[in-house]
Amino acid sequence: MIRFETVSKRYDTGYEALARVDFEVEAGEMLFLTGHSGAGKSTLMKLIMLMEQPSNGHVYVDGHHLARLPKSQIPYFRRNIGVVFQNHQLLFDRTVYDNVALPLQVAGYPYQEIGKRVRAALDKVDLLDKERCNPVVLSGGEQQRVGIARAVVNKPTLLLADEPTGNLDPELSNEIMTLFRQFNEVGTTVMIATHDIELLKRMNKRVLGLVQGKLVHDGVLW
Amino acid sequence: MGASVDTRSDRLRREPPRTENTRPQGAVQSHMSWRDKFDAWSAHHSNSAIESLLRLLDTPLQSLMTWLVIAIAIALPAALFVVFNNVQQIGQSWQDSSQISVFLKKDATANQAQDLRGRWAKRPDVAQATYVSPDQALEEFKLGSGLGELANHLDENPLPAVILIKPKIGGNTPDALTSLQQSLVADPLVADVRLDMLWVKRLHQFITVAERFVVALAGLLALGVLLVIGNTIRMAIENRRDEIVVVKLVGATDAYVRRPFLYTGLWYGVGGGIVAAILLAIGFWWLSVPVTKLADLYQSSFRLQSLDFIESLQLILIAGLTGLLGAWIAVARHLYLIQPR
Repeated sequence: MIRFETVSKRYDTGYEALARVDFEVEAGEMLFLTGHSGAGKSTLMKLIMLMEQPSNGHVYVDGHHLARLPKSQIPYFRRNIGVVFQNHQLLFDRTVYDNVALPLQVAGYPYQEIGKRVRAALDKVDLLDKERCNPVVLSGGEQQRVGIARAVVNKPTLLLADEPTGNLDPELSNEIMTLFRQFNEVGTTVMIATHDIELLKRMNKRVLGLVQGKLVHDGVLW
Repeated sequence: MGASVDTRSDRLRREPPRTENTRPQGAVQSHMSWRDKFDAWSAHHSNSAIESLLRLLDTPLQSLMTWLVIAIAIALPAALFVVFNNVQQIGQSWQDSSQISVFLKKDATANQAQDLRGRWAKRPDVAQATYVSPDQALEEFKLGSGLGELANHLDENPLPAVILIKPKIGGNTPDALTSLQQSLVADPLVADVRLDMLWVKRLHQFITVAERFVVALAGLLALGVLLVIGNTIRMAIENRRDEIVVVKLVGATDAYVRRPFLYTGLWYGVGGGIVAAILLAIGFWWLSVPVTKLADLYQSSFRLQSLDFIESLQLILIAGLTGLLGAWIAVARHLYLIQPR
């Protein structure tokens, strides 16, 4: 599903975010990405989303060699990847329903289809009763769940989550991890960036450890 | 996406129910046909059109200001254009009343002259040709000059036969008149052709200069409209930066992101055009009464022509297209710079 071949990313400022990173993720896997802030977790995810281009090496996602993907194909490529952001990236000028519907509207789904799917996704994250609310009035955990619903509403084959439990208490973060595990169990490849070591121990999944842009660990922790 | 995804969603739904509200048939992956895609595309067009209009109406004062700025920039050259149309109309009625006097040689017989008149009357650039015999000319002279007594003492009629030519309005440019004059003078029966060309040429040259001035002014003001709309759209893009980033992240194409802003530009242009048409209608209505009185004092039937309905529509259309173009330029410049980071 994802393959990195000696991928480096150096920014114009000279800062090296990733240094010769090699790894491969099978379809249907669930894995974690960890490291201190600035270790390159976000950069790695941005490379997968084509928000950045690597300085060196090759990135393959879902059979696409990303450097060779034409610019015009990027939107269609992104429709197949669900992303959960640490800061949610919700739009506060519209309802929860409209936020979740966004990927479907963008992809041009028929109106009735959008309604069915959005309610299914909101049902999944237990927010069906909040569909008419503005996300502003929701708690941090609820906002995060709206973000997750939006990420999965299009049934992507790959789900990326950048610090999805960043500001949440352990109980809420457990709930959210359970959600991710459920998505993984039905076949979605799930990749989660986190620096929460306790969480990694509990989950007992494959972990990629980054230190200053280098991949120093690949496997189950302890 | 196909069957595998369906089973995935089915299994999703088989998870322990979290609410009573479990859907018996949730979202099922469908193959999107071309028809669905087209429906979605046209739905997004109408949505963008309506939403961007509602957005403008949401901030009525700000939108009205922009519309007024655009309207003034459009109304100014349009008003000048209408004024010159009117001047041209006056000029044409003057030219219409002007005629070419063709003096025939003394030895031309009445039959020959009638013949010639008949031929000239058939020319495409001649509206009317009238034969005035020497006797008729003398009668007119007696009546018109007040020297009738004097004329009675003449032994012989000194006046030549004259053919009066009214040129057609369409062929009324100075060049056409000159060539008409030249072809008339070429006839062996003709002694002389009289046409006071100077004022026709002057009027025409004046209109040409004025027209160029209006075109240059219109060009500058159109540039102004482009800049105003471009800047307004740039601010609209800036205001919706978060939204643009998010829709790009969930896979919006550039066209999808562009669409609402292009409609915004179109509405700014169309709104400005409508306000301009209203300003012009009020302005010319206000002017028409004194202009009519002035024309009456000169015994002229001249009436001020305003923009008619079709011309007003054309004005609005041009304004709308200018708005669209301004938006396009702004969108091409600024939307590209907003990428998810």
